[in-house]
Amino acid sequence: MAEPILAARGLSKTFRAGGALFGKPFHAVKDVSLAVAPGETLSVVGESGCGKSTLARMLVGLETPDEGEILFRGAPIRRDKALRRQVQMVFQDPYLSLNPRRTVLDIIAEPLDVHGLAKGAARRQRVEELLDSVGLDPAAATRFPHEFSGGQRQRIGIARALAAEPSVLVCDEPVSALDVSVQAQVVNLLIDLQKRLEIAIIFIAHDLAVVRAISSRVMVMYLGRAVEMGAADQVLVTPSHPYTVALRGSALEPDPARARLARGTAARGEPPNPVDPPPGCRFNPRCPRATDICRGEEPLLTPRPGTTAVACYHPVGREQLVGA
Amino acid sequence: MAEQADQPSVLSVSGLDVTFRTLRGEVKAVSDVSFTLKRGEVLALVGESGSGKSVSTRAVMGIVRGNASISAKRMQLAGHDLLTLDEDAKRKLRGRVISLVFQDALSALNPVLSIGDQLGELYRTHLGISKKEARERSIELLRAVRIASADRRIDDFPHQFSGGMRQRILIALAIALKPEVLIADEPTTALDVTVQAQILDLLDELREELGMAMLLITHDLGVVARTAERVAVMYAGRIVETGAVDDIFRAPAHPYTAALMASAPRIETVEKLEPIRGAPPSLIALPPGCAFHPRCARRGELCDKVRPELVAGPNGRSHACHYPLVEIAHG
Ligand SMILES: Nc1ncnc2c1ncn2[C@@H]1O[C@H](COP(=O)(O)OP(=O)(O)OP(=O)(O)O)[C@@H](O)[C@H]1O
Ligand SMILES: Nc1ncnc2c1ncn2[C@@H]1O[C@H](COP(=O)(O)OP(=O)(O)OP(=O)(O)O)[C@@H](O)[C@H]1O
Ligand code: SF4
Ligand SMILES: [Mg+2]
Ligand SMILES: [Mg+2]
Repeated sequence: MAEPILAARGLSKTFRAGGALFGKPFHAVKDVSLAVAPGETLSVVGESGCGKSTLARMLVGLETPDEGEILFRGAPIRRDKALRRQVQMVFQDPYLSLNPRRTVLDIIAEPLDVHGLAKGAARRQRVEELLDSVGLDPAAATRFPHEFSGGQRQRIGIARALAAEPSVLVCDEPVSALDVSVQAQVVNLLIDLQKRLEIAIIFIAHDLAVVRAISSRVMVMYLGRAVEMGAADQVLVTPSHPYTVALRGSALEPDPARARLARGTAARGEPPNPVDPPPGCRFNPRCPRATDICRGEEPLLTPRPGTTAVACYHPVGREQLVGA
Repeated sequence: MAEQADQPSVLSVSGLDVTFRTLRGEVKAVSDVSFTLKRGEVLALVGESGSGKSVSTRAVMGIVRGNASISAKRMQLAGHDLLTLDEDAKRKLRGRVISLVFQDALSALNPVLSIGDQLGELYRTHLGISKKEARERSIELLRAVRIASADRRIDDFPHQFSGGMRQRILIALAIALKPEVLIADEPTTALDVTVQAQILDLLDELREELGMAMLLITHDLGVVARTAERVAVMYAGRIVETGAVDDIFRAPAHPYTAALMASAPRIETVEKLEPIRGAPPSLIALPPGCAFHPRCARRGELCDKVRPELVAGPNGRSHACHYPLVEIAHG
């Protein structure tokens, strides 16, 4: 891989459940490391609540890690203005992240204003270009967020993040609220921008097909930990971690006869719990391959030559090596 | 409770129009939308972002935001005429008879009340049960939507939950009073596929146990294929095609439906995605004739002149296109 532009080493973050003072502390993110190079997209997938947004917020400096460090072009990140311009975020909740009292023009121009990049007619023109590039009518500039549908608001958030031409874009579920056609348009837009400007993208999503279309590499998280990481086709087409396999198996296809087979087959029992994680591998209570060793020491993310790095004692497709 | 013995419809809407008055002109967000929902049935509403799906359902709930004028020929909910009911009576129906899972999870939750208080209040006001019992029921419900450590997390506030957890809390609020009709606006967009599978199974159980009907709005065609019996496709404020899920997925009649399906990504391939060319029309100045014609590969002579009406065929199938991809026999 080329020299990374953004790297994280051993990031951890704890929160408390049931009250900030007396609640029980738990790890939302535990010991996660990653790196992205210019022109590359690293996707992050994983179960709802597994720590993806918390990781993203640490990467852009909105949340302070309890442990670990973040490097930008090899140097520890300082939370200064210049850096904020370089690393931009598209938020998961489009409605909340858009100030309801400001026009779309002012919302999208915010990074331009903060960094003094454009004024007057040039500012307006830049915003109109950005609106056009995310598939919105440039006339939308004079309107307010509540006049837009969910998917339209998401695109306003993307236009704002792109305004200052960042070198790293952290996108938290940027296309989930969009219909498949607009989704395709936004994914193509991100791919084009990436080719043109050599930006690095961290892309959080749960639609594996979209992830496949946009990523170079994929990281899979489970209860705050990275459990598999590698080339997109290897992780998504021939997954090794039993959780990735489960994720892949639950993806629904737009084919009624096949999709209906999934009815009534979802896992039951207690949901995975970050507040009281099981001993050993965090996936072991749900894992069809679990053995005694999985309930002992927690497996660590381990690189394997020619394939994905995985945190599992019995990765799928490697039976012969473990001799199980 | 049902007038017709075999398949009573619990929700029936016809000729729904919603227009927003703005400084730039009139935004025709919803035009002549009609649909019915039978007991226990799932109807999926799909279509382009901005095509009027959320506004239509908000109009049915009586909670459209903004300067809107709303009219309909008919709006019947479980024996009540929503067009003549006063605001107070409508409020009583919300939650108990019809309820909505909002698309914006965070803006729909009260940021200064804990989740337990929000759920508890719903139980206490509608069911008049004690604080303690309401709390127990709330914990049960959080467990049902797969929130881990529900007994601890019930005292947390919305911002302490992840996006997908907030979405599940909204689902919990919407099903708490076991409504007859659930409108679910993108209920699983923030969820990974494994949690999505659990939530969809939970909704199926409610349908089976209580005969709950569901209007499901989603961009995920896989979720439609798994869950719905019928589907209605919207474009620029109108329904352009309806029918059984199997029929429409096998052979869409409307070119917009076909183009939408063709732009869905697949896990197996990394080909460049194919969005529908062109941009959606402005709802202030809709193109003449068929609103889809500027983007349509099949457009013919009539398309920019005459607006195609929704024509009905057998099996509840209908489409609004002069040159459909499959002819439906006129019944
Ligand atoms: N208060 C308002 N004032 C003006 N226009 C509005 C208002 N609310 C909604 N609209 C417009 O009405 C149209 C329909 O919006 P709606 O929210 O129903 O779309 P949708 O189909 O739910 O889209 P999405 O899939 O993106 O959620 C949009 O084009 C939107 O811009
Ligand atoms: N400010 C906070 N205070 C307390 N707990 C928090 C806070 N922010 C996040 N959490 C908790 O941390 C865990 C991880 O949350 P995060 O938002 O990172 O998940 P996620 O992977 O983005 O999930 P989703 O896919 O549902 O958006 C969750 O249990 C969440 O409740
Ligand atoms: S380590 Fe064991 S329990 Fe964990 S995923 Fe691998 S096989 Fe399953
Ligand atoms: Mg998140
Ligand atoms: Mg909507």
